[in-house]
Amino acid sequence: MAILGALNPMLSVGLDGDNAWRLADYVKRGGYQALRRILEEKLAQGDVINEVKKSVLRGRGGAGFPTGLKWSFMPRSFPGDKYVVCNSDEGEPGTFKDRDILRYNPHSVIEGMAIAAYAMGAGRGYNYIHGEVWEIYERFEEALDEARVAGFLGNNLLGSGFNFDLFAHHGYGAYICGEETALLESIEGKKGQPRFKPPFPASFGLYGKPTTINNTETFASIPYIINLGGETYLEAGKANNGGTKLFSVSGHVNRPGNYEIPLGTPFATLLEMAGGMRGGRKLKACIPGGSSAPVVPAATMMDCTMDYDSISKGGSMLGSGAVIVMDETTCMVRALERLSFFYYEESCGQCTPCREGTSWLYKVVHRIESGKGRPDDLDLLASVTTNIMGRTICALGDAASMPVQSFIKHYRDEFAYHIEHKKCLVPVEVQRAGSGFFTATV
Amino acid sequence: MLTSESLKRIDREIAKYPAEQKQSAVMAALAIAQEQQGWLSTEAIECVANYLGMAPIAAYEVATFYNMYDLKPVGKYKVSVCTNLPCMLTGGVDAGEYLKKKLGIGYNQTTSDGLITLKESECMGACGDAPVMIINNRRMCSWMNPEEIDKLLAELK
Repeated sequence: MAILGALNPMLSVGLDGDNAWRLADYVKRGGYQALRRILEEKLAQGDVINEVKKSVLRGRGGAGFPTGLKWSFMPRSFPGDKYVVCNSDEGEPGTFKDRDILRYNPHSVIEGMAIAAYAMGAGRGYNYIHGEVWEIYERFEEALDEARVAGFLGNNLLGSGFNFDLFAHHGYGAYICGEETALLESIEGKKGQPRFKPPFPASFGLYGKPTTINNTETFASIPYIINLGGETYLEAGKANNGGTKLFSVSGHVNRPGNYEIPLGTPFATLLEMAGGMRGGRKLKACIPGGSSAPVVPAATMMDCTMDYDSISKGGSMLGSGAVIVMDETTCMVRALERLSFFYYEESCGQCTPCREGTSWLYKVVHRIESGKGRPDDLDLLASVTTNIMGRTICALGDAASMPVQSFIKHYRDEFAYHIEHKKCLVPVEVQRAGSGFFTATV
Repeated sequence: MLTSESLKRIDREIAKYPAEQKQSAVMAALAIAQEQQGWLSTEAIECVANYLGMAPIAAYEVATFYNMYDLKPVGKYKVSVCTNLPCMLTGGVDAGEYLKKKLGIGYNQTTSDGLITLKESECMGACGDAPVMIINNRRMCSWMNPEEIDKLLAELK
């Protein structure tokens, strides 16, 4: 089954069965009706955008920017080429929802992109798919072929005179391409290094043309918004946090996987849906929005509801909806060491503070973890993070710094213990048992 | 040096982009060249660049930037193991150590019979299936506990 559990779902309805991803199945469950209605009734572009604004759909990729507002930035009556681009370069550690959307419901993304293209006057689109999920890329290409044959893509869509074609582009292993301007560079056949903004993609995007980039889940939500109406979609979530959202739950839970829940659902409910904590152990901490989001201690997390505002009040970010759950067997220094290595490895090298800073962050956390920490290392780490943040072209530098700051803020004692005693508060055997690797087959 | 089959596949990729933007197909073309050759030689990169009408150095920049391209020969099977935090919590690091022991090699090394190259890898976007590994950039293997790893190794011949 595609999605392990859901409360009042939209995106994950009717996805059982091996052929749920095929066009025929999608049409049977109401697919392409939204696009058909828009084209047949010749809805005004502004009306489509207004509906999306009313839904208060916020970008599902991580930043949470209101989608309707983003669409309104496009110079839609400006003649010439315009593009819509889907960001399926899902590489934020902890996130694996777009993979399941593309695997089980790819036509919802195609329909959403076609509607977006109509609303913004774009004639061509690309879906940039993470290179590591190759089977998904191949499936999406097959879904595109189905849509072309059925007249949902190509010239003169359903006889309306509107033209839109869509293609798949694969990544090949670079986290930074999830940043929208790096992604555009990558489609242009270059290194994925982020661009200075402004100009924003809505005025200077792919090949220098007006372009709007949205996340996979954002596009997939569009047909549901058009069918239900923006207000009904909004009511499915909570004020300022429209609709339902997929959450990828990973780490120390009994049933890791994707869950679709209305925004505003308590974290405790989501944890319960994911089967609760493994081995009945205690929750220690949670990263609620992908690895770049600040870590939240158990007590605060248990009081949060899963929406942009509540998680932000809890001191973190809803981000991509990747919920990384850690129990009491987790060494927070080791966890941070691995994350810091990731950002060091994935910094594109363009901006000095990030290129040099991420290397320092990793080296210092690594030496603390290996028992070689120095008394002033925590101050050094704090100083490196403040020298990275806000001084780079894109958000990767901030993303590398926020875990360091939050891990040290909430778990300072553990770091201090490592530095003083040259070993971990959590015995190595306990950490090892926590992963469950050697007991999985017993 | 690219076969006509590879060139045909590259042509299909070129067709996805506006006529004057052939360079957009470079990532796919390099991946196709790597599939054909098993790795990406400088010669193959130049060949792709010439075919797309771009400067060889620009294609080389792309090949060195994205980490799924192999600029040195690898074993018949490249096994990439994700050890990033969500995978680590549920055995990703242990899975890597288990593979190292079984194969008698470390990361970035190849077994003496040239069969398997082991790589440590970053997030593959499949954290719910941890531990995960990818074979030759194409086939993703999920829930790789010791038993599943043993089965996989028996299969990779």
